[in-house]
Amino acid sequence: MLAVNFLLLAAALFAIGVYGVIARRNAVMVLMSIELILNAVSLNLVAFALMTGAVDGQVFALYVIAIAAAEVGVGLAMVLMIYRNRKSIALDELSEMKG
Amino acid sequence: MSAVILAADDVNVAQNVGFGIIAAIMIFAALKVVTTKNVVHAALWLVVVLSGIAAQYILAAAEFVAISQVLVYIGAVMVLFLFGIMLTRAQIGKESDLNNKGWALGIPVGLVLFGLLAWVILDAFGDDILPDSGPTPTVSLSDQFLSIYLVPFLAISFVLLAAAIGAIVLARKD
Repeated sequence: MLAVNFLLLAAALFAIGVYGVIARRNAVMVLMSIELILNAVSLNLVAFALMTGAVDGQVFALYVIAIAAAEVGVGLAMVLMIYRNRKSIALDELSEMKG
Repeated sequence: MSAVILAADDVNVAQNVGFGIIAAIMIFAALKVVTTKNVVHAALWLVVVLSGIAAQYILAAAEFVAISQVLVYIGAVMVLFLFGIMLTRAQIGKESDLNNKGWALGIPVGLVLFGLLAWVILDAFGDDILPDSGPTPTVSLSDQFLSIYLVPFLAISFVLLAAAIGAIVLARKD
């Protein structure tokens, strides 16, 4: 199996996730797009672990999974708090500062 | 170039076919995640992408990471997402204002990013063939975790604890 298979798939997922972060207005949808980006990165790490024969890449993929779990927990708690205060989670209505 | 390598003896054809099918499903589902008009449908399409990633981990001989992916992402993170959607949304069904006003800017950014990444990847790893290895024993992973990666392992435990406490403090009504 070619290494570029995994790497190109991860690049496509990463680009789709970046598009989602830019295009989406709903905060929960932006968090989902960030999950796509994180998964693309850990797919790369696992592919490189297979390529080099060392398991270090898999160790880091597990770290990425743990960090993503923490990030989603805190992110959704923040979204809930914003929704409770403003009755909306549209990100373009969140600007407090002028300019 | 690729066709020649595909015809070589040391490339597993069944593995490539499986990879291609799963990758096509994953990219279709990822596009649905960022384009669908229904938030709940986006979460369910994200389940398809995450399952595909777990299948790719198994193809890449990383069983333990695949199992962790299923447990943590599909089991825990998706439940969190569905709760987040249910607690923050008023209407069920299609929404018309899910995208920003400048959403079209994302298309060229995504295309240029993918083009650059694909160019660099093909330039650097165009001919590299992954070795046909068996499943990675979990013992070797745990050896790494408990020897040279022990300090990051402890640090990430504190990060998870801090995130759990922080989420409770942020989300509770007082």
